[in-house]
Amino acid sequence: MTSEQALQHVPDIDIALHRARIEEAEQRMRRSGWRGRMPQRGHLILMPLSIIMVLPFVWMVLTSFMTNSEINRIPPTILPHHLYTGGYSSVLASSDFPYWFLNSLIVSGTAVLAQLVLCSLAGYAFARIQFRGSTVMLILLLATALIPFQLTVIPTFLIFHRLGLINTLGALIVPQLTSALGIYLMYSFFQSFPRELEEAGRIDGCSRIQVFWKIVLPLARPALAALGIITFIYAWNDLFWPLIAITSSHTFTVQVGLTTFQGEHETQWPSVMAGTVLTTAPVLLVFLVGQRRFVQAITGAVKG
Amino acid sequence: MAAIPDEATIARDANRRIRRSGNLAGWAFAGPSVFIVLGLSFIPMFWAGYLSLTNSDLVSGGHFIGLANYAALRSDPMLRQAFTNTLLLAVLYLPIGLAAGLGVAIMLNQKIKLIGFYRTCFLVPFVASAAAEGLLFGFIFDPDFGIVNAGLNAVGLPRQGFLQDPSEALVVLAIVYFWTQFGFNIVIYLAALQDIPKEVLEAASIDGAGKWSTFWHVVVPTIRPVTIFLLVWSLIDVFQFFDLVYTTTKGGPLNSTLTLVYYIWELAFNFFTAGYGAAVAYVLFFTSLIVTIAALVYGRRNRVAL
Repeated sequence: MTSEQALQHVPDIDIALHRARIEEAEQRMRRSGWRGRMPQRGHLILMPLSIIMVLPFVWMVLTSFMTNSEINRIPPTILPHHLYTGGYSSVLASSDFPYWFLNSLIVSGTAVLAQLVLCSLAGYAFARIQFRGSTVMLILLLATALIPFQLTVIPTFLIFHRLGLINTLGALIVPQLTSALGIYLMYSFFQSFPRELEEAGRIDGCSRIQVFWKIVLPLARPALAALGIITFIYAWNDLFWPLIAITSSHTFTVQVGLTTFQGEHETQWPSVMAGTVLTTAPVLLVFLVGQRRFVQAITGAVKG
Repeated sequence: MAAIPDEATIARDANRRIRRSGNLAGWAFAGPSVFIVLGLSFIPMFWAGYLSLTNSDLVSGGHFIGLANYAALRSDPMLRQAFTNTLLLAVLYLPIGLAAGLGVAIMLNQKIKLIGFYRTCFLVPFVASAAAEGLLFGFIFDPDFGIVNAGLNAVGLPRQGFLQDPSEALVVLAIVYFWTQFGFNIVIYLAALQDIPKEVLEAASIDGAGKWSTFWHVVVPTIRPVTIFLLVWSLIDVFQFFDLVYTTTKGGPLNSTLTLVYYIWELAFNFFTAGYGAAVAYVLFFTSLIVTIAALVYGRRNRVAL
């Protein structure tokens, strides 16, 4: 019996009943809010909540332009009387902040460049090239995600101490040159990537590195952007390892330098807040520009 | 007379050539990454295992002392305190962090305007550095000049010690931590909700399910793998809680915010008892490993049951 015949056997009254049930269900769905007619009332909760989320940063920027006496006033000043830039000039002129900023730029920039190259090379190899030991190595790489850094940090310090890299930017750069997460991101990207183009390139006589460089990498731009953004934010924000590996002020990163403000500048809140603003600005800038890729990367890493 | 090779033969030859050159090329491509990642994780992991059996002071190697470190940590009041604080932090943060993340994700999953604006606002605290945020909240919760106490004062409530009060400091840190992680939970849940097929929700509705029963019997079970992922991720992250403590309370007042990783850092790099620090780190490692594996096994079982 075909479906058309089956339909003819159903009495009209049943069809009417069925339609009514669908109609009722649709109404219920609209009411239930899963695909509601009035989702806009969510703004009543979302708007205050999202303002609370950014308010501390607004406060940070405002206080960075206040004088110390404005900050210490009771009740506190909300809007600075005029744009006082003394906090910024004292941070830039009378602390090592410019060095820290430059060091952070060097470390994060090198990390981004190195991971773009090394992680995409490794991710491509695991996704495309059949080589001896590839499965075992991939499993071992992914297993490192289970090893927390606080377990390995003491021997890592001893390794870099023996290499003579403690207190140099090298100690900060080497561990960031590549990462298991980055390799995994590129690996899953290349797995979902059409093979035909590469095969065509190979048959046309390109070497493997030529195929990778001229065909694969240009098409991998979205994944590379995501990897670059994540790497930059992570490297820029890192505190734990730089705190351990670096002891002299000229080699600090911004994050480590910022923590030294706590004691000595205790009462100099304008300088502290100016330093915090300058430290936060680069990551926020990168995040705002590449937000879509950033969200794709963190949700993609979960789904994979 | 040699036949001109047809396309299939050329392709087969090319494939054979690819396979033969695979070993060399594969290792040339993946080698540097494998060397660095494995070298900086497995070697230190085993080295830490050896260190935990010595009385190393970080500078010198120390002597082999067997399991003495592990015996000592059983009766270490500081370790107990750090463990309690870390667990308390997890208990304070996890249920609210996940539930609130799911709640906001559900609101954003409707056809709501300004979704990009909201997502940006919620993610900003997740992206900014914990060091900057620690300093910022040290200022906001400052007992004397802080804006929060000024607000309490204005509405006639008594001033609080916040981060300087042993009974409040950990709660304040949990709140700040919630603020930093909220956006991440939202984004992950939102992606999971968007993946639920429309047909599933429609089917539930046709079967007569209302708002709440759809939520409990359809949405929650469907996104359970994501919940388990967030649970494991958050637990591991809480176990590694360091930056916010370092930039606000330094474990004080009266050790009320001493966390496990802060204690390990103090042991190894402040007190120079690296051997003992490594033993504490190993205990933490096995604890979080067991929790992770248990959650993954539980998650897999549930997925099969679905």
